[in-house]
Amino acid sequence: MSTSDVTKDGVTGQREGRDALIGQGTGRGGRRKRRGEQAMVPEAEFTSYYGKPVLNAPVWAAADVAAYLFLGGLAGAGSVLAAGAELTGRPAAARALKISSLVAIAGSAAALIHDLGRPARFVNMLRVMKPTSPMSVGSWVLAAYGPAAGAAAVLDVTGLFKPLGRAATVGAAALGPVVATYTAVLIADTAVPAWHEGYREMPLVFVGSGTAAASGVALLAAPAAETAPMRSAAVLGAGLDLAAARLMERRLGMLAEPYRQGKAGKLMRAAEILSVAGAAGGALLGGRSRIAAALGGAALLAGSACTRFGIFHAGMRSAQDPKYTVVPQRERANARDTAKTGGA
Amino acid sequence: MSGLVGRNLLAGAEPDVAKDAGYPDAPPRMGFFTDTSVCIGCKACEVACKEWNSVPEDGLEFTGMSYDNTQGLGADTWRHVAFIEQDKPVGNADSGVRWLMASDVCKHCTHAACLDVCPTGSLFRTEFGTVVVQEDICNGCGYCVPACPYGVIDQRKEDGRVWKCTLCYDRIGDGLEPACAKACPTDSIQFGPLDELRERAAARVDQLHGMGVEDARLYGHDPEDGVGGDGAFFLLLDEPEVYGLPPDPVVTTRDLPSMWRHAGVAAAALVAGAAALFTVHGRLGGRR
Ligand code: SF4
Ligand code: SF4
Repeated sequence: MSTSDVTKDGVTGQREGRDALIGQGTGRGGRRKRRGEQAMVPEAEFTSYYGKPVLNAPVWAAADVAAYLFLGGLAGAGSVLAAGAELTGRPAAARALKISSLVAIAGSAAALIHDLGRPARFVNMLRVMKPTSPMSVGSWVLAAYGPAAGAAAVLDVTGLFKPLGRAATVGAAALGPVVATYTAVLIADTAVPAWHEGYREMPLVFVGSGTAAASGVALLAAPAAETAPMRSAAVLGAGLDLAAARLMERRLGMLAEPYRQGKAGKLMRAAEILSVAGAAGGALLGGRSRIAAALGGAALLAGSACTRFGIFHAGMRSAQDPKYTVVPQRERANARDTAKTGGA
Repeated sequence: MSGLVGRNLLAGAEPDVAKDAGYPDAPPRMGFFTDTSVCIGCKACEVACKEWNSVPEDGLEFTGMSYDNTQGLGADTWRHVAFIEQDKPVGNADSGVRWLMASDVCKHCTHAACLDVCPTGSLFRTEFGTVVVQEDICNGCGYCVPACPYGVIDQRKEDGRVWKCTLCYDRIGDGLEPACAKACPTDSIQFGPLDELRERAAARVDQLHGMGVEDARLYGHDPEDGVGGDGAFFLLLDEPEVYGLPPDPVVTTRDLPSMWRHAGVAAAALVAGAAALFTVHGRLGGRR
């Protein structure tokens, strides 16, 4: 249709008068006087295109990806605690944690693969090694961690090749902290406002939440005589989780809204209650009562899961509402313009 | 490759994006300049794009909000014409209503978050400096979707993979202009070497300002902006958010080094905390 041809070799046959002189001849010309009503409109008024989101929200399913965040934390922190338990003569706790780490990492890998649009192509994750992609880094870490965690659990249960089992236990413990934290970078490295802007505190939330969950497993499955350090870890983990989440919400300002409202808000509140109850119950009564320990452990696991699902849904909501994209960016742009024009 | 050492390739101006991506003799960077002041909202670009690229139909919905029933960019919409009706006069007129129409497209960012985060290497930089998905590699992990600060790339549900504008990679390699630019009856969509387009756009803004159209402004033209400048940029007549565009997009990977540092601190805290706890609680059952 267009008469001109704009190719990489330049423009040919440009039509006369293409640059329409819009609005010309419809007024007096020159500067139009500003209407009072226009000047009164506050600058920061939030506009959007018919309320449509600016971003395309993640296509991830909560049942897959939020579960993956939870299971990754449980596995990674579990491997660290397992090594600690083994090296300090707490074999039953160590075994329980190794088994839970293996189950969790297998589950998280399954969730990840299930969430792919093309599950049969999951090996393409290891096609390249890309430092700019936390998912690529994570895939390689899982490729190393998975076998280590697996060997640690299997060799412990079977009692075979003790030195190899010890090496696998230590290896899994070395990679565990990476497994427990990289998922925070994974979700923060997106344009999703509630995730990206929380990137400073998110890894601490994840470490705390993962530690609380892994301690919960030990409380559930190991004899009370062995779980004293895990009961302390539950308190520290839950405390870190809650404190870092509070800090994050404070920094996020208006972007904290999605963490407090709706489904995410309910989940985050449930997470607080469950984590505090689980940690307190486990710490105070878990040494004496097997039932209290098991209940505390279950509450810690549930609390950690609620944290992850809450964070997941908060991110989804912040991506779906244009307000959370436009308002902070508009403020930033206005501040920069003001600075450029020498202040107002 | 030694030219890459010691440079920040995650953000900031990057004059030779194709060369940095490994093309020693890259042709000039190609892009789009979409001059929305002459757009008439005919949607020829939407149709031409669908035709040329065999993009499937994605629902025939009547939104009732405006003449725009397409609504936004996605896996099956690579050009989207926004339509805005404002109670504001055009140009120098004293009163009246104006219609803003703008054909949106993938920005082919200098620092493309979609490309940065893709774990499979499916998204890649072409010799023309554009960003293209290799559909035979994409495994549908969906990471690129929320990474894009403009809401461009998306997953095709029934197919599982992600799709977006290729800047007609198959056409421009043969010296043709992309289908949308070819179809645009007003040359609102202009295709060409990015340097040339930037000059032309600057001249057009000056022309409009000279006529008293003070609303005219460029969007995505600045190599110093949050994404290092767009390969496809725009002349707008109102704030970007009016058109559904983010007012100050920043490539998320700009902060990636800091994200890893914060994760490192958290990981170290886990190790140190566990070591401290087990030390305090001590060894059980004597020696073993
Ligand atoms: S606009 Fe979005 S999809 Fe297009 S290159 Fe930039 S980040 Fe990628
Ligand atoms: S969905 Fe495809 S193109 Fe997007 S990040 Fe995943 S593998 Fe890359």
